[in-house]
Amino acid sequence: MSEPSPHTIGLSASSLLLFRGERCLLNGLALHVAPGQGLVLRGPNGTGKTTLLRVLCGLTLPEEGDVHWNGMAIREQRNEWQRALGWSGHKAGLKSELTVRENLAFAAALSGRSSGEIPAELGLAECLDLPTRVLSAGQQRRSSLARVLLGNSLIWVLDEPYTNLDTQGQGYLNACLDTHLAAGGIAVIASHGNAHSALGMTEKTLLNGVLQ
Amino acid sequence: MITPVWLLLKREMRQSVRRWSDLISPLVFFVLVSSLFPLAISPAADVLRQVGPGVLWVAALLSMLLSMNRLFRDDFEDGSLEQLVLAPQPLVLLVLGKVLAHWLQMVLPLLLLTPAVAIAYDLPGEATRVLLLSLLLGTPALSLLGGITAALTVGLRQGAGVLAILLLPLSIPVLIFGSRATDLAVEGMDTTGPLMLLGAISLLSASLAPFGIAAALRVSLD
Repeated sequence: MSEPSPHTIGLSASSLLLFRGERCLLNGLALHVAPGQGLVLRGPNGTGKTTLLRVLCGLTLPEEGDVHWNGMAIREQRNEWQRALGWSGHKAGLKSELTVRENLAFAAALSGRSSGEIPAELGLAECLDLPTRVLSAGQQRRSSLARVLLGNSLIWVLDEPYTNLDTQGQGYLNACLDTHLAAGGIAVIASHGNAHSALGMTEKTLLNGVLQ
Repeated sequence: MITPVWLLLKREMRQSVRRWSDLISPLVFFVLVSSLFPLAISPAADVLRQVGPGVLWVAALLSMLLSMNRLFRDDFEDGSLEQLVLAPQPLVLLVLGKVLAHWLQMVLPLLLLTPAVAIAYDLPGEATRVLLLSLLLGTPALSLLGGITAALTVGLRQGAGVLAILLLPLSIPVLIFGSRATDLAVEGMDTTGPLMLLGAISLLSASLAPFGIAAALRVSLD
């Protein structure tokens, strides 16, 4: 799979096919996101946006087709791929009894970096030492996103990141996305809201198993 | 290689020290089940001495089963299992840390309670010592086998029942050698054979089961 073409750089997927029961969620779907580009997935509820994101991460295996990163299938380079990937799903992925600081330190250690400063714009300063079970939904979302935003992943895959965020939080997320894309990163986001960064983000709608 | 194991171990310990009430019920279950038998069977010392090893081993197995269901379920439900599977660390070592933490939290307290419970069965001192040793050598295998079944059933709604059906047949060899070793000690015979076999089963499980657990978790998240 190493045909020399501009499409080999970045994140790409070809002829993805996935069924859930009788329903065809991905029907020969193809996409390509080059470094410095972002993709916003739109589409009504239940069309398979989350499933597509999980396939892109490598959590769900498609029945046919492959996800490629820099020209190689991600399942053939799991180590490199997982080092490059930052994933924030609709489940927060925080341990309820640990504080925000402990959760973030664990996430940092897991990806092999030291946990640096937590910026004030994240809006978590007052709850850093509270267990995450007592946080509001918005604060939990911020903590969950912080894992990706403060990391050094090249590829951000975010499922409904704007949910529960206030205006300031959405603005901060947009600013982070801008910086990330400007630095040559890749972002794939599923979102309903209209708040998203203007820089290099293309919007596509997932309908009937293909992107339109 | 030790870092991922240590990372998970530390996180699990912290999480469960703050939710210590979760640790209590399997222990209470162990004490209750094993003190019901002397009441139900017969208070005769020689009968109790005969059934004691088997009953204590079954009680320990069932109380481990009770806690097994939770091994990956919380992580699955709060989404941190996805993060572990996608982390740039060997998943095999991460799950090894997870199982090790479970063993330290669930089984060590159980071992501490065992001598007290063994009094109810009038086990001689030497037999109690062998019982403890057999639990120490055999329970790691149970934790690891339980880890595989817990990983397979984590996505199921009826997970607990399926877990019991899968795990109990797998644990038969451990149960046989464990209670047999204690039986032999009660009769004053040499116990080296079954104890060494228990240790061998645990070593084999420790080297193979983490791969099975990691693969099963990937399937469960699919």
